[in-house]
Amino acid sequence: MTHRYQNVYINQYSTVCGPYEADGPLRDNFDKIHQDLYCNEDSWEKAEVHYLQDSLKILLKKAALDREDIDMVISGDLMNQITASCYASLFLDKPFLGIYSACATSIEGILIGSTYIDSGKIKNCVTACSSHNLSSEKQFRNPTEYGAPKPKTATFTATGGASLFLSSTKSKIKVESGTIGRMIDFDQTDPLHMGAVMAPGAADTIYKHLQDMNRKPEDYDLILTGDLGLYGKEILKEYMMKTYHIDLSNRYNDCGCMLYNYDTQKEVNAGGSGPVCSALVNYSTILKGLEDGTYHRVLLVATGALFSPTAVFQKEHILAIAHAVSLEATK
Amino acid sequence: MKNKKYEAIVAKHKPKEQRVQYAGVAFLVGGVLGVCAELLLEGYTHWFDVSRSEATVYMLITFIFLASLFTALGFFDKLVNFARCGLLIPITGFAHSMTSAAIEYRKEGPVYGIGSNLFKLAGTVILYGVVSAWFFGMIRYLLGIGG
Repeated sequence: MTHRYQNVYINQYSTVCGPYEADGPLRDNFDKIHQDLYCNEDSWEKAEVHYLQDSLKILLKKAALDREDIDMVISGDLMNQITASCYASLFLDKPFLGIYSACATSIEGILIGSTYIDSGKIKNCVTACSSHNLSSEKQFRNPTEYGAPKPKTATFTATGGASLFLSSTKSKIKVESGTIGRMIDFDQTDPLHMGAVMAPGAADTIYKHLQDMNRKPEDYDLILTGDLGLYGKEILKEYMMKTYHIDLSNRYNDCGCMLYNYDTQKEVNAGGSGPVCSALVNYSTILKGLEDGTYHRVLLVATGALFSPTAVFQKEHILAIAHAVSLEATK
Repeated sequence: MKNKKYEAIVAKHKPKEQRVQYAGVAFLVGGVLGVCAELLLEGYTHWFDVSRSEATVYMLITFIFLASLFTALGFFDKLVNFARCGLLIPITGFAHSMTSAAIEYRKEGPVYGIGSNLFKLAGTVILYGVVSAWFFGMIRYLLGIGG
C-alpha cells in the first residue's frame, strides 16, 4: 500500500551514537557521540533511554523548538514494552504513540507521522527510535559478558538514538510517498542470519513501491535497505533479479553495511542492525545528501525481522517486514 | 517451490565458517588447559601434601575462580570468542556462564535478578548432566560393571 504525501517535510534531524558507531566511517556526521556504553547510567536499559533522550533534546535545540510547539511524538525501540521510547519521551509531555516493527520502526514512525500531517490533523510531530547493542544482547541472546561465538552472518545491534522533526512547513527535504510493508514468512528460523530473514520483506516492499508509483530503480539516486548486512544484501540483489527482474545493483546499498568499518571492526560480523542502524545512517548522512544536492530522490527501506525468542523456541518461523519512504530534495 | 528457490539463493551467499580452524584452536587451547590442570594437580599434591582426589577439587576451584575473575574483569568473553569450545567445554565455560549472568542481572536485585537468572545458561548443563549421569549409571549397574 503506497501513499503520496503533498505537504510533509523533514525540518530537522538528530543522531546520537555509541563508541562502535563512532569508530565507523560516518563518525563526523553524528550530532553527538557517547564513548561510554553506560552513558553514566547504571544499566544498559537506562543507557538506551539516555541515548534517545539526548537525541530528542538535540533535535529540539537544532530545530529551535520549544516543547510546547510539538503536536505529537511517535517512537519505538527493540526493548520489551518499548521501554526506552516511553521513558525517553516522558519529558516532552506530549501525545505519544509507541510503535514497533523491529528494525523497520524508524520508517513506520515517518509513515504514521506523515499521514497525520498530510491529513491536516496535526501540524508537526517528532518521530524517534533507539537501540542499544547490550540491552538487545541481554534481552534477545545471552548475558553481555558471555562470550558465545557467533557465525559470520550474525549482525551487530547499533547503539544510539535518532529523531526527526516532521512538519507541514516547507524545508529542503520532502516526504514524497511511503509504502507500508506486509508480514513476510519465508520459513526462516535462524536468528543469527537476519539478512536471509529480511531480504524477501525488503524485496516485496521495494517491488510494491516501484509498481504503485510506476517507477524504475533508475528513478532514484539511491535505494537503501535498513540492516540486511553483507550477505543479506547479496541475497536481496539476486532475489530481486530472479523474481521480479529488477536490477538493483547500481543504485543500491544497505545501511548495515555503511555504519561500520569491516576491516577494523571484526566484531560486527555481517554489519549493523537494530532500529537505530538505518536511522543513524539515514538521518546523519542521507538527509544531508538531500540537502546539499548529492541526491535528488532516495528510497529508504527499513527492514525488520520480527524476532521473538519465545516464538522461535516454539518452532515458529521468524517473520519479516519492510516499510519504505521516498524522500525528495525540494527545488 | 518458491521457498526452495529462495533457500538456494541463501545457501549460495552463505559465508564459509572456518570449522577446521575453530576445531584446531579449541583442541589446542583445551589441551593446554588440560596440561595446566595436570601440572596444578601434581603441584597441589606435592605442595599441600594432599591426596590426588582432594587436589582435583583444588584444581577445579582454581579454574572456576580464574574464569569468574576474568569474566568480571571483562576479557574472558573475548578469549572464548577466540578459543570457542576450548574454553566453553571445560569447567571454565560453566563458571563463565554463571558469572556473566550474575553480572548482567545484578541491577534487578538479588532475588529477581541474580537469583532467578544465575542458572539461565548453566541450568541446562546441570539438568542434563544429572539426567545423563543417572542414565549412564544405570547402564553401568545393569552391565554389572559398578559391582
